[in-house]
Amino acid sequence: MSQRETVLGKIRRGLASAKTAEARRDAVAQRLGQHPANTVPARGHVGQQARLDLFAKMAGKVSATVERVASASDLPETVAEYLRARNLPSDLRMGADRRLADLPWEKVPQLEVKHGPSDGRDHVGLSHAFGGAAETGTLFLLSGPDNPTTLNFLPDHHVVVVRASDIVGDYETLWNRLREHSGDDVLPRTVNLITGPSRSADIEQTLLLGAHGPRALHILIVEDA
Amino acid sequence: MSPENTEHTTASKPRVGLFATCLVDLFRPQVGFAAIKLIEASGCCVEVPENQTCCGQPAYNSGDRSDAAAIAKQVIAIFEDYDYVVVPSGSCAAMIARHYPELFDDAYWARRAMALSAKTYELTAFLYDVMGVRDVEAAFAGNVTYHDACSGLRELNVRDQPRELLKTVDGLAFTELKDADVCCGFGGTFCVKYPEISNAIVTKKTAAIAGSEADTLVAGDLGCLMNMAGKLQREGKHVHARHVAEVLAGMADSPAIGEAE
Amino acid sequence: MSAPFLSQAFKENAVDALANVELQRALGHVERGFIQKRQKAVDALPEFDALRHEARAIKDHTLSHLDLYLEAFEGKARQAGAEVHWAETAADAREAVLSICRRVGAKTVTKGKSMISEEIGLNAFLEKSEIKPIETDLGEYIIQLRGEPPSHIIAPAVHVNRDQVEADFRRVHTHLDPKRDLADPVSLLSEARATLRDMFLAADVGITGANFLVAETGSSVIVTNEGNGDLTQILPRVHIVLASIEKVVPTLEDVSTLLRVLARSATGQELSVYTTFSTGRRRPGDEDGPEETHVILLDNGRSEMLANEFREMLRCIRCGACMNHCPIYHAIGGHAYGATYVGPMGAVLAPGLFGLENTANLPNASTFCGRCESVCPVEIPLPKLMRHWREREYERHLKPAAERNGLRIWAFLARRPKLYRLATRIGLKALHPFGRRRGRFSSLPLAGGWTGHRDMPAPAKTSFIDQWKARS
Repeated sequence: MSQRETVLGKIRRGLASAKTAEARRDAVAQRLGQHPANTVPARGHVGQQARLDLFAKMAGKVSATVERVASASDLPETVAEYLRARNLPSDLRMGADRRLADLPWEKVPQLEVKHGPSDGRDHVGLSHAFGGAAETGTLFLLSGPDNPTTLNFLPDHHVVVVRASDIVGDYETLWNRLREHSGDDVLPRTVNLITGPSRSADIEQTLLLGAHGPRALHILIVEDA
Repeated sequence: MSPENTEHTTASKPRVGLFATCLVDLFRPQVGFAAIKLIEASGCCVEVPENQTCCGQPAYNSGDRSDAAAIAKQVIAIFEDYDYVVVPSGSCAAMIARHYPELFDDAYWARRAMALSAKTYELTAFLYDVMGVRDVEAAFAGNVTYHDACSGLRELNVRDQPRELLKTVDGLAFTELKDADVCCGFGGTFCVKYPEISNAIVTKKTAAIAGSEADTLVAGDLGCLMNMAGKLQREGKHVHARHVAEVLAGMADSPAIGEAE
Repeated sequence: MSAPFLSQAFKENAVDALANVELQRALGHVERGFIQKRQKAVDALPEFDALRHEARAIKDHTLSHLDLYLEAFEGKARQAGAEVHWAETAADAREAVLSICRRVGAKTVTKGKSMISEEIGLNAFLEKSEIKPIETDLGEYIIQLRGEPPSHIIAPAVHVNRDQVEADFRRVHTHLDPKRDLADPVSLLSEARATLRDMFLAADVGITGANFLVAETGSSVIVTNEGNGDLTQILPRVHIVLASIEKVVPTLEDVSTLLRVLARSATGQELSVYTTFSTGRRRPGDEDGPEETHVILLDNGRSEMLANEFREMLRCIRCGACMNHCPIYHAIGGHAYGATYVGPMGAVLAPGLFGLENTANLPNASTFCGRCESVCPVEIPLPKLMRHWREREYERHLKPAAERNGLRIWAFLARRPKLYRLATRIGLKALHPFGRRRGRFSSLPLAGGWTGHRDMPAPAKTSFIDQWKARS
């Protein structure tokens, strides 16, 4: 603990705050406990349809593709069609998320559905997002057996299902929903905010898609859920 | 508009102290006379305290805080009784208006510095923002482009005022300069401490100037103008450089900066 | 590895950089790309200025309670199964990394982009200890192949052109067909992706930096576009986060505000592709993710900056906007600075971390044009802080004697109006006859710094003040 005490001691001496120790502790406890919101961009503060449109527009701007699906039961066929249209092998991998597992996959018997984390040999990963933030077209994904994080990064194609009702205006709304979801627990090991497919501009500032992560991000918005 | 006019001032006219700046004093006196003409025409009486020297910027920006503070005290004492202090330079005006208050720890001088700061203006900002001047009586036959000197632009928000006033000069055609808000590479002592870097920066600037349609380059700071004019001349580019005050005052008939009589 | 780049040789480095044709070609991309993209993103968000003010306030608040927020972060991170290490110096941080690597028997380490890793010279240290560090950010990978330090804090290989990358890949990737076509940037990217994919899967330890630490949740946050930082942390058994102490912010709301200004200021994106919140280690039931997570909190001079006039520099969120808008950086690039941190932010930070006596040129090499401050997302008054370093340099008599004496003479005269008037009168009288004919000088004794590159307008015959007095 000696390094710890040395560094903290230097910080405390450096601050030499005029406030009392108690006032400082209170200020910090209050901020952490109440986590007040700062300015939230107004662009997300619109009605549900406009919010979905904004989400789709922003995601599209960063080269994600967005498809609206009327009913969750249509998802297996929609996913199969995505693979067919891109000449991809007829298999995909997903986690244990009930919202995906309970879908009528028997409708597409030619499609092989594998389960569990990816080892890098999968072409397509299928995930269910916790939610989406319309302000930037950003998906929030939580790690865990339901949606293993490797699926977000190793397959070439990442297909993400998100419920229309989980698409909100801004990040703050999703953080609050996540707080409710996790209760007093800490966050899941990994929360991925994903805005478009992987890219790099490290060579002459030329934007190229598919650097290390997926070359394509396809978002399926389910309207009935 | 001769200096004699100052004798006929009325009590209602604001009293302006002109801080000419050392570069105008030594290199380009007509800028001082042009400034006086413009300020008087805006409805003020102008005085030029003769014991003024330098604003202290070279010392301040070189880390010599105590000399800078000593010079600042002198400027404060000379100018604090005027209603306004007007400076035909964004960087010297910003030195007084923005940096003098930072120089003093003691409350007495800090207060005096703040008071001076509050009434110190760059010339075109004073004319436009304080005196409400919306057009000038001047003529200039030429195509003019304008460089935003950094301190005036970013420390004092001098941007639209000189452009608006220039556009009211008879016969003057105005062309926006590409990257007008990018530094010319002068930077006071910077240009002689790091001459190669300064040269690379001013070379981009003169390329932009030559690439515009303009035959005359105008700016509000003589240091930047001397840098750009000197480079244009070294490169054999035929663009004349003038201080904005000369053009606005209709006093642009003398040789341009760095040109022969 | 970074031996040839020393801040003390800044002037020579700058002259070399100006003569380097490849570098000058590459620098064109900075000047054109970043500035327009940032402006577009700023224009698209009406709240941007309000967010900047808040971002600044968040960092100021956090810094003034830094001890408490670090303790809160530490508690939460431990609760989530992370081990938190404190490091007072660069050497302490290196040792902490090494001891973790040794304990788990690591042979190869993949790395996400981390400026702290550069600051503490981690790669060279690991190599000496026979552990192979592999940079996975494409730009970092390129410069690692070239044996160079980064020249920009967010675009480390911005000084390299495509054909140079091609040559480096051909030189290093000898297992591939020498006749393969690499003319297209896409082919270069695919080759790097395939090469690095195997390394990600084989690595024993993954090391990333942290853009932020969140006290409320004990999370570390990284921001990338490639996804390399994620593969670095979810595939190996052990994840090490290298973070300096000023990275902590209070809450998820606060980090959201900072994220909104970070990417827009950096690359002009509304948000980077991957913003990843990592909290502790793999949870029971998880089928992927690191089994061990370590967070190393590095001080390395920052607690001293907290106490002095440079505290505001600790607001920096490493977006790179200051260098993207800096005319000096545009002219010479990053390597000439000879420090881990370059451009305006480097000119303030480097003296604090590496000593003013080694880096005194950096805060001097600025025209104070103020463009850096005008685009800084946390409103750091960079010119003012550079000036403070100049003040310390002046106080410590680190300035060259000629410069110091010249300034003192000018200040001496400026404080004595009568003497000033007399001296300048003599000066004008002496100079005017020589400059009168052409109106300017092409060369002038003692003014070679000026007349080496440009003409010098001739001074007036009689000063303005004397002319004015004569008229009135």
